[in-house]
Amino acid sequence: MYVLVTYDVNTSTPAGKARLRRTAKACLDYGQRVQNSVFECKVDPAQFVAMRGRLLEIIDPATDSLRFYHLGSNWQHRVEHHGADPGYDVEGPLVI
Amino acid sequence: MKRHLNTLFVTLEGAYLRKDGAAVEIRHEGETKLRVPLHNLEGIACFGWDIGASAALMAACSEAGVAFSFHNPHGKFLAATRGFTSGNILLRREQYRRADDEACAVAIAANMLAAKLANSRQVLMRTARDHGGSSPARATALGQAADSLAVRAGLLGRATTLDSLRGIEGDAAATYFGVFPHLLVNHDPGVFITGRSRRPPLDPVNALLSFLYSLLMHDCRSALEGCGLDPQCGFLHRDRPGRPSLALDLMEEFRAFLSDRVALTLINRRQITAGDFRREESGAVLLKEDSRKEVLVAWQERKQVEITHPFLDEKVTIGLLPHLQARLLARHLRGDLDAYPAFLAK
Repeated sequence: MYVLVTYDVNTSTPAGKARLRRTAKACLDYGQRVQNSVFECKVDPAQFVAMRGRLLEIIDPATDSLRFYHLGSNWQHRVEHHGADPGYDVEGPLVI
Repeated sequence: MKRHLNTLFVTLEGAYLRKDGAAVEIRHEGETKLRVPLHNLEGIACFGWDIGASAALMAACSEAGVAFSFHNPHGKFLAATRGFTSGNILLRREQYRRADDEACAVAIAANMLAAKLANSRQVLMRTARDHGGSSPARATALGQAADSLAVRAGLLGRATTLDSLRGIEGDAAATYFGVFPHLLVNHDPGVFITGRSRRPPLDPVNALLSFLYSLLMHDCRSALEGCGLDPQCGFLHRDRPGRPSLALDLMEEFRAFLSDRVALTLINRRQITAGDFRREESGAVLLKEDSRKEVLVAWQERKQVEITHPFLDEKVTIGLLPHLQARLLARHLRGDLDAYPAFLAK
């Protein structure tokens, strides 16, 4: 399944900046960065649970927000891109 | 249930692959070309002399079950990384025992070859059906070859030695490649075949086939390793140091169904033309670099097609077939299945 992860981490304190970095790193382990603080992840249900658990441990619910959008397995019809950096299709041919 | 995942192909000379978190990052001349999480991949295949990878990445790949292999620019297998030996020693011991017992080896190899002949026959009959009407000569030649393959497949069941199986297989392959020119329809006349030639391929069609066979080889080998079997200990192919005989055995079922059909589609749709090849002074014909990408894309797309597995009766992607067959072979070796059910294309 395809999951869109977005977050807002309050960076007014040094601890907040650290949380932002750790959140980004965790997301990068599971998917590709399509915009700043927006990630697209192709994960199976077990991987999703692991990812969610890891992210929930990092953020501070008092100041930060985290959203998951479930795009399902037919996500191709649900995503449109315009402009620079279109990213890559994780299910398409990967030839470099 | 194992799922069919994507394979990453790297053909860019000078690229360096490194581990970044739980992902592979491809860098070239100081910039990041692509970054893919490892859990989305089942294999990484590099084609080039000047492609590097970090030890950390290789270790992470073997940990995550991602097959990692290096090939020369024309697809010839050079090296693969492997982590600690995994899998079940009891299964592997049983594999060696069966390979040493000729009667057991003949039973497995005969099933594999029967599937190979049936799948080759399907390819011939498919073209005879679709394009035989416009050319009676083609329909006759393909029909006769298909009949002859059917007769030879019947002989397989009576063979008692591996050498007689090899003889039948050799005859069948000669018949099949003898009518291979009839499978080329609406193609660029510069893309032709004069018998099967390899090491090196001497004409464009052979160059394309060799490249596709080495892709299939990568998949079969990693499928066997993934199921805990030893890819070097084969039943039909003889032992030779460094030769992945069991992977070659497993390939037989898929050559026509996977590789040959991708080659024929590319040629008959004129996606591949004479301009995609170059001839070396030695007479070898090789695919050009840009054209290899087109072949890899076609290969990847073919692997994503879903079919119903004839034995398991489940919907699976074609890319998963080598893995499923390796698993069925392991089940046969363990004694859970009386015979090895080789893959028969519908």
